[in-house]
Amino acid sequence: MTVQLVTEKGKEKCDPAFTKEVMERSHSHLERCYQCIACSSGCPGAYQMDYPPHQLLRMVQLGLKDRVLDSNTFWICLSCETCATRCPNDIEIVLVMDALREIALKEGRKGTTKLPLFHATFLYMVKMFGKVYELGLILVYTIFSGNILKLKGLMRDAVLGVKMFMRGKLAILPPRVKGKAQIKRIFQLSSKTG
Amino acid sequence: MAKIKYGYYPGCSLESTAKEYDLSMHVTAKLLDVELAELHDWNCCGASSGHCTNYELSLALPARNLAIAEKAGLNVAVACAACYLRFKQTNHDLKKNDTLRQKVESLIEMPYKGNVEVKHLLEVFAKEVGLEEIKKRVKKPLKGLKLAAYYGCYLVRPPDVTQFDDPEQPMLMDNLLAALGAEPVEYTHKVECCGGSLLLGRVDIVQKLVDDICQAALDAGAQAIVTACPLCMANLDTRQSKTKVPVIHFSELTGLALGAEPKQYNVWLKKHINSPAPILKAKGLI
Ligand code: SF4
Ligand code: SF4
Repeated sequence: MTVQLVTEKGKEKCDPAFTKEVMERSHSHLERCYQCIACSSGCPGAYQMDYPPHQLLRMVQLGLKDRVLDSNTFWICLSCETCATRCPNDIEIVLVMDALREIALKEGRKGTTKLPLFHATFLYMVKMFGKVYELGLILVYTIFSGNILKLKGLMRDAVLGVKMFMRGKLAILPPRVKGKAQIKRIFQLSSKTG
Repeated sequence: MAKIKYGYYPGCSLESTAKEYDLSMHVTAKLLDVELAELHDWNCCGASSGHCTNYELSLALPARNLAIAEKAGLNVAVACAACYLRFKQTNHDLKKNDTLRQKVESLIEMPYKGNVEVKHLLEVFAKEVGLEEIKKRVKKPLKGLKLAAYYGCYLVRPPDVTQFDDPEQPMLMDNLLAALGAEPVEYTHKVECCGGSLLLGRVDIVQKLVDDICQAALDAGAQAIVTACPLCMANLDTRQSKTKVPVIHFSELTGLALGAEPKQYNVWLKKHINSPAPILKAKGLI
């Protein structure tokens, strides 16, 4: 039997398996949420989210998988931990956000933000060099995100980049870690299971 | 007092964008007789991108560093608040779950029993060396300097993991600044987020959060903001759009008050985008 929910968007399918997967991955007791909105009230990213955290949690409870996974909420989430610290029911909201990112990536849903690209670029640098190569990260991300075509932002960041360079704050060469091969193996092994 | 010695984990930023943090940390630690032995061949902790997208990786990357420290018989002192939380979280999760700990050992191909303690350098200075000792060693009190101590997220949250201080009203940095002779101000944005992980991904959000923090500090009468994290520094120092508040690391101010030499602090102070030099000069500190 499929359960459907009638919402302002028409009929939406409820997927209990999705709710279960999020709860298992995040080890969190979503059923405890009673919509007190303490989480969303202090959330610094809520003003840019499709749904603030308390609404997103309700949608996860109801199993509205597509709506949740196609939203920008968990990509915008800054992992600042304000919500989880204040939640009266000790719900690990940040781990829920982490779980949603993992599920979205697993299902190939990149969403509407460029944040999956940022995280991927960041981790690629760590995989290649063992540490973050900051200049490389900035350049690669700016090119692949298309931000290189946004003149205003590009000018602002170019000016900033020059200022930082002049102050000796941007290392030109990538960092070196002797255990590079081992770190690559950590990446390979943990992405198989992740 | 027995000599304090730690395995030092600077974190990636301190090798480039936050060079001044690293330089001032070494000078200050020396002035406080704290020995910092850099962890051999350390790697990136994975930061937000690690835990955002791959839980096991987010444990394995810090665990490799912790295993290196364990082998050397050292506890770890961390400079970056984001690395600090990743290390603490790893210890926290591995302690709770031995199967997971063994899994991580197999990922890093090194033993890690979970016996390394992790501290932020602010804790090492303010708690372990202690405020009384620091007061005794102050050579140049930071008189008349009104400062907003900014903690951000990862020192204080999640509180059960970091166990740093009160999560809403931390005082450790305020008390350190007071011990150095400065006047910490009370303000509303001590533990608000600076936008951290959205540094490059969503500059618009970072800018709004940073502007709010800086304005709150100014409204409370602060002449500078003090940080304990290279990412908070990067965001606060470079993304202010409406204000020009200088932002300075706690290690720079501690070093200055403890009598760092001009040839030392001049190098750090030149690296800021919004220079703290004018206000320090006005107070006769440099
Ligand atoms: S703070 Fe906790 S209980 Fe309240 S709405 Fe948010 S998740 Fe639900
Ligand atoms: S962790 Fe994410 S959802 Fe929670 S308050 Fe911070 S930005 Fe909002």
